[in-house]
Amino acid sequence: MSKKEWPLWEVFISGQHGLNHRHVGSLHAPDAEMAINHARDVYTRRKEGVSIWVVPSKEITASSPSEKGPLFDPAESKTYRHPTFFDIPEEVGKM
Amino acid sequence: MYAQLVKSDALKSREEMSPEEQAFQERIDNGEKIEPKDWMPEGYRKTLIRQIGQHAHSEIVGQLPEGNWITRAPTLERKAILLAKVQDEAGHGLYLYSAAETLGVSRDELFEALHSGKMKYSSIFNYPTLNWADMGAVGWLVDGAAIMNQVPLQRTSFGPYSRAMIRICKEESFHQRQGYSIMMKMAFGTPEQKEMAQDSLNRFWFPALMMFGPSDKDSVHSAQSMAWKIKMNTNDELRQKFVNETVPQAEYLGLTVPDETLAWNEEKQGYDFAEPDWNEFFEVIKGNGPCNRERLEARVKAWDDGEWFRDGLNAFAEKAAARRLAASVAAE
Amino acid sequence: MSDQIAASGAPQDPFVSDAALKPAFFEWLCRMGDNALVLGHRTSEWCGHGPVLEEDIALANTALDLIGHTQMWLGLAGEVEDEGRDADKLAYLRDAFKFRNVLLVELPKGDMAVTVMREFLFDAYHHLLLSWLAENSNSPRVAEIAAKALKEVSYHLERASDLVVRLGDGTPESHRRMQDALDLLWPYTGEMFEGDALDTAVAEAGIAPQPEDLKADWEASVQEILDEATLKAPETAGFFHKGGKQGRHTEHLGYILAEMQFLQRAYPGASW
Repeated sequence: MSKKEWPLWEVFISGQHGLNHRHVGSLHAPDAEMAINHARDVYTRRKEGVSIWVVPSKEITASSPSEKGPLFDPAESKTYRHPTFFDIPEEVGKM
Repeated sequence: MYAQLVKSDALKSREEMSPEEQAFQERIDNGEKIEPKDWMPEGYRKTLIRQIGQHAHSEIVGQLPEGNWITRAPTLERKAILLAKVQDEAGHGLYLYSAAETLGVSRDELFEALHSGKMKYSSIFNYPTLNWADMGAVGWLVDGAAIMNQVPLQRTSFGPYSRAMIRICKEESFHQRQGYSIMMKMAFGTPEQKEMAQDSLNRFWFPALMMFGPSDKDSVHSAQSMAWKIKMNTNDELRQKFVNETVPQAEYLGLTVPDETLAWNEEKQGYDFAEPDWNEFFEVIKGNGPCNRERLEARVKAWDDGEWFRDGLNAFAEKAAARRLAASVAAE
Repeated sequence: MSDQIAASGAPQDPFVSDAALKPAFFEWLCRMGDNALVLGHRTSEWCGHGPVLEEDIALANTALDLIGHTQMWLGLAGEVEDEGRDADKLAYLRDAFKFRNVLLVELPKGDMAVTVMREFLFDAYHHLLLSWLAENSNSPRVAEIAAKALKEVSYHLERASDLVVRLGDGTPESHRRMQDALDLLWPYTGEMFEGDALDTAVAEAGIAPQPEDLKADWEASVQEILDEATLKAPETAGFFHKGGKQGRHTEHLGYILAEMQFLQRAYPGASW
């Protein structure tokens, strides 16, 4: 008797044409083609998607939590990257 | 609840905590989510595996009592609704197993623990579904009780568990309502239908109350789980809330809650009600409920009978990958 | 509920009130609806018992689609008959000899090999038939239902074909089980392509194709998948089981109905 579990896949779904694919969850499948079919059956039961990506979970490289400071903190000081940083007089109109 | 008797560690005081544990507890107190790669106390990880695993097992064993009526549903629409609901439970089991897997345990290992009896599932699913009104009562009472616990769990501290709960709560919003809609049809239907509805409430009332787990005074180690925000309310709090919400719903149906001591208590602004028979509860947990043997046998059979299927698909995937590799080598 | 929705927005269709065609058209619609109903019933038996969670969920999707098709076909059958029977009454209050499904779909679900192989053999036919109906049927109502069902059945066929190939060419055990399933089911496939007077009447009206006309395409597409799956259709020398389309069934259908119709029969007139 074999003890081999189907590999784990991460599923990304785009809900509408043109929108980003978003991570929705995981599932098991023997290969990529079946992972796509399973993703359709498992994660779009309520017509949630128009496009599916699957990625083997083991191929995901994640930032390690201890790097959280150096990776993300610098952006915090660059508030000029956000539109609300700039005060535009109201009479100029919507911008 | 779907996870009723989860062993956890004894609550540690600040002084007993290592610096890492203190920092960890602070993050939780600040409402931060813990993600799989973050440092976590071993007890937190183990307790979560037990709790999420138990919750996942409850979803898939929970398919069986309702699945029992799919082929006997009385109309095409009821059949479709019931099938969709039981299918959702399989999906919820899948989301929860995935959340547990981020903690370093495989789904197969969790299945093995379920099949060997090492891990438990909710006591409620060891009760039989005997007439069609039970499809109503299960949706109304069992899903109703589950939702009481699952809604606050959306805010639980472990990220993957919280996200699974959010998805589950979103999908489950129709489950309780479809149950109550069956109850209404039955309670307002023919005399026989009303009799079925009452019979069903009689059988499911106390088992539903048991879903919240033993009384707080007998509940082991729930303080630590609450500090870790993997348990959000005490058992008695949720049970009281459930009774308060459910009794008027039963009255609306014209059904009698099978508890002669049930009475409104003005002072506590809630109902006084009889405790379920906790001896029965512990017997069911031990494996002596009316359907324990059948439920577990059905799960084990599905798994064992499916082995050749899973292996066959694995073997093909390996062959296909080897062929692709050989083809690309040949092309070079 | 869904058949009422279908009816309210439905296109004008002279065949629906064609008195001369009524008996044949009604029976033909029952054949369509009963195939979906009975196969959906068998498929739904897997719910909670599937070999792996992902497959459990996929099978429930297939069963749900088929129940939806049943509501549409039997709903239209009830309209054509015009005697006050809706899809539920037709599904729950006819006895076995009034059912018009092919024998193939009522056989017990067996193991996953039988389930997958049956789905494949039936879907390959179902897909051809629905494609023809969606494109060519003179009946706008039939074409409309077929177009809706076709989208779902295209996926069923894709999924079933894929599984047949994978399991046929998987392990020795999966291969053996798939071959056994094919041997068991093959003698039931001929019925799908044998027309009778009723089929001819509906075909002459341009509503549906002659069943025989689908056979060559079915054989070709099935053969292609079986080859890829390393499976071999048995020699039957022209023999096959039949009778379901005319109401002569296997013993299995009676038990399906005993289960399915129990509540409607035990509590006549109740509302659920």
